[in-house]
This record gives sequence, C-alpha cells and structure tokens, in this order.
Amino acid sequence: MLYLSVIVLIPLAAVLVKAFSSGLGTLWDSIDNTLTLHALAITLGASLIVAAIGAVMGTLVAWVLVRDSFPGKRFVNSLIDLPFALPTIVAGLTLIALYGPRSPIGIHLAYTRGVVIVALLFVTLPFVVRSVQPVLIELDREVEEAAASLGASNATTFRRVVLPALRPAVLSGAALAFARSIGEFGSLALIAGKVQIASIVIYADIESGSEQSAAALSVVLMVIALIVLFILRRIGARVGH
Amino acid sequence: MVISRRAKLSLRTLALLYLTLLLLAPVGVVFWRTFEHGFATAWSFMTTPAAISAFWLSLLIAAIAVPLNTIFGVGAALVIARTKTPGRGILDALIDLPFVVSPVIAGLALLLVYGQGGWFGSAFLNNGIRVIYAVPGMVIATVFISLPFVVREVTPVLREVGDEQEQAAATLGASSWQTFWRVTLPTIRWGVAYGVVLTTARALGEIGAVLVVSSNVAGSTLTLPLLLYQREDQVGSQVSTSVYALATELAVISVAVLLLMTFFGSRRGDAQ
Repeated sequence: MLYLSVIVLIPLAAVLVKAFSSGLGTLWDSIDNTLTLHALAITLGASLIVAAIGAVMGTLVAWVLVRDSFPGKRFVNSLIDLPFALPTIVAGLTLIALYGPRSPIGIHLAYTRGVVIVALLFVTLPFVVRSVQPVLIELDREVEEAAASLGASNATTFRRVVLPALRPAVLSGAALAFARSIGEFGSLALIAGKVQIASIVIYADIESGSEQSAAALSVVLMVIALIVLFILRRIGARVGH
Repeated sequence: MVISRRAKLSLRTLALLYLTLLLLAPVGVVFWRTFEHGFATAWSFMTTPAAISAFWLSLLIAAIAVPLNTIFGVGAALVIARTKTPGRGILDALIDLPFVVSPVIAGLALLLVYGQGGWFGSAFLNNGIRVIYAVPGMVIATVFISLPFVVREVTPVLREVGDEQEQAAATLGASSWQTFWRVTLPTIRWGVAYGVVLTTARALGEIGAVLVVSSNVAGSTLTLPLLLYQREDQVGSQVSTSVYALATELAVISVAVLLLMTFFGSRRGDAQ
C-alpha cells in the first residue's frame, strides 16, 4: 500500500491539489476556454468512433478466429497482441511510413483526424478481440443449432442468441478501448500534427510551464476515465452473476 | 449458426484485410524503409553511440521497474485474493488507476511531487538526489505506468485455483513461507510469467510518462523510444532512415516479447 501511495496515489493527489490550487474559479476558467473544450471534444469524439469501430471489427475478428479455420490462423491469433508488444511511438511511426508524405500508396492521412483514429484503432485492437474471444469459445453451440432448427435465420440467431451472450464482453472491451483512447499519447505524438488531442495539449502545457492548466485538463480526463472504470466494474459484476 | 461457405469466406477476407491494413502493411513499410539503403546502413544507425546508450538505458530502467512491480504484484494479488484485510477492495480498485490515467498525466503527477518546487522535490534535491529530469524519475514513471500488469494476471489465477492445497500444506505443518514457495508460486508461475512479459513490453516501449520527466539529453536520459521521438521531431516530416532503423530495432525487441507472450499465454491457458 505504501508502494502504491508513493508511486501512484500521492502524485495523482498532487495533480488534484494543483488543479484546485488557485480556487474553483480559476479551475473552471482554464477548462472553459475554446482551446480546452475543443481538445476535449476532439478527444472524446475520436475515442467514441474508435470504440464503435473497434467493437464491430473486434467482434468480427474474434468470430473469425474462433469459428473459422484457415491456414495461418495461429499466426494471425498471435498477431493480435502485436499492438500491446510494440512501443506506441513505433506504432505512430508505422502509420507515418504508410500514410505520410512519402507514402508508397499515395494516401496522405498524416497530421489529420483520420490518422488519429487509425492510430487509436491500432493500439486498442486487442481489447475487444481478447475480451470477446474466450466468451465465444465457451458459448454453447447447441442453443444456436436449436434456434436454427426452429426456423430462425442466421441474422435472427445472431441478433437474438449470439449477440446477447457477447454483449457484456463487447461492451467491456469497447470501454477499455475508449478509456485507453482518451489518454493515448505515444502513438499520436508524432502523427497528430495540429490536431489538438487532449494528452498532447497537456504535454504542451507542461513544456511551456503552465502546470495549472495542464492539471485542470488532467482532472477532467481522469474524471471521465474513472466513470468509464466504474461502468466497467458494473459490467464485470453483472457478468460474474 | 450454419453459415454458407460464401458468407464465411467473405467474413474471413474482411477480418484478414482489416488486420493487414491496420497492422501488417504499416509495420512492413517501416521494415522496407529501414533496409532500402542496405543492411549495413541500417546497422550503422542502430549502433551509433547515442543509440547504444539509449538501448542500455531502456534495459536498465526495465531491469529495475520489472522486478519491483513483480514483487509488489504478487504480494498485492495475495492480499486481494487470499486475505480478508480491510481495504483490500479499495486496493483492488486503485491498482487499475495507472491503466486509466494518461501517461502524460502520470508524468505531470510525478513532476508535481518529485520535481523542483514539488512536494518532496526539494527534500531530495537538498540531499543531492535529482529525481526529475534524471534516471530515478524515469524509473518511477515506468513503475507507475506498468504497475497493474502482474496483479491483474495473478489475482484471477489465485481465485481460480482456490486455497485448498495451501490449507493442506499448512495442516501438514508447512510454514507460510514454505507454502508460498512450494505450493502457491508453482501454481501461479505462468500467470506471473505472462504478467512479467507484459510489464517488460510496456516498460521498454513507454514514451508519454518518461518524456515528461526526462531531460531529453542524448547519452544520459534518452531511452530508445525517446531517442526516436527526438530524432523524428528534429527532421520533421522527412523521416530519415535513422529513425526507421531505431523503429525496427524496437520492433524486433517487441516481436521477441510477442513470441514470449504467445508461449506463456498458452501455458497459462493450459494451467487454468
């Protein structure tokens, strides 16, 4: 507990104290200005899009990895963990290499919101896949077969039988992806350019010595992340029962 | 669901295409750019004095942070899963904080406490210890962001296996220390190993938190990711081969980590 306090809790408390150090009014002023609100809107918007695309594509990838069989499946399966193993700065650089000014395919996405979303999809890929996969493996196929034999179409079976069973796993994976996206820095540091992502604004504030406004934006991000964490625990508790 | 062959093939194609565009193609281009002027050129960029010292600093930081978090992680997991200590629920919840806090915020937090004018910063400075903008701060930042991995891997394994064997050992007269080494540790070893690999990967690749507390001086406080960031920042959009060479070096390290992850991950799955 002492270890956790010295490394994590006391420093985070210091951010809170710093944010509130000049009173509630100043805190509000440093949040309620166009630049900060703009950064928050872009960050939350991008994170929501990433969570949504990630939920759909992650479930699809998990389904293919569990229910389909093709040569090289084990290779693809271990590839899913690559974003966790690869340093995020390298992830950002790979996207510059592909979509940047010297792009071999002629697509110039770098330094736009589009590439921010691609980068976030890259680093959060494992969350949904790895949370849906075990549930899909455990899922009883007999129920699906029963539904089919009772005349349900594939779409109906998926919607009424498979999806309800997967929903908690998809949601918790997407929530983790969302929480990670809100705070992501490494993969965006090189490619965000002039896109005002919250973590990059905080870093710029620290560099220019305005610790108070960095702390204020940090507090907002932490509150959002804590809400997501709380919802996650609720989902987790529901799955447990 | 009985799925037609065509639907199955199109789903497979879609999934593989997504992974190729998102993961394989970008990583492939980095490798190609690294070696487009030949292997020797790439190698010379990986072995500049700055790159070598960054490599060793990355290893040094990981070599301190990973054991610390492993010992803490196993201990905390035992407290959460095995004891009825009051406050263990809070401990369980608080441990996830580093996962949801942005690394940049982690850096800022350490700056405010251990930096010049920070809560404890002047106490350290008066004793001649420089924490922020020096290696100790980078170690603390790395410990911060990679703290939850071992706890999160070990706690579910402990809950899963139950404590019957440990109780049996205790009944047979084993001390708690013996029980831990002979019974508990062997059952959780793959979980610990997987957690250690995840911690190492994160520790070697971290940039956000470490960037804030590093002084960005080549040869003293630049890790491999930081060196890459600094080089890329200097040359702007024209990414040079040297940056790609560093990226490839990091990618090779992480592929090794990935292989270990796959290995320990499957062992861990078998054990459960």
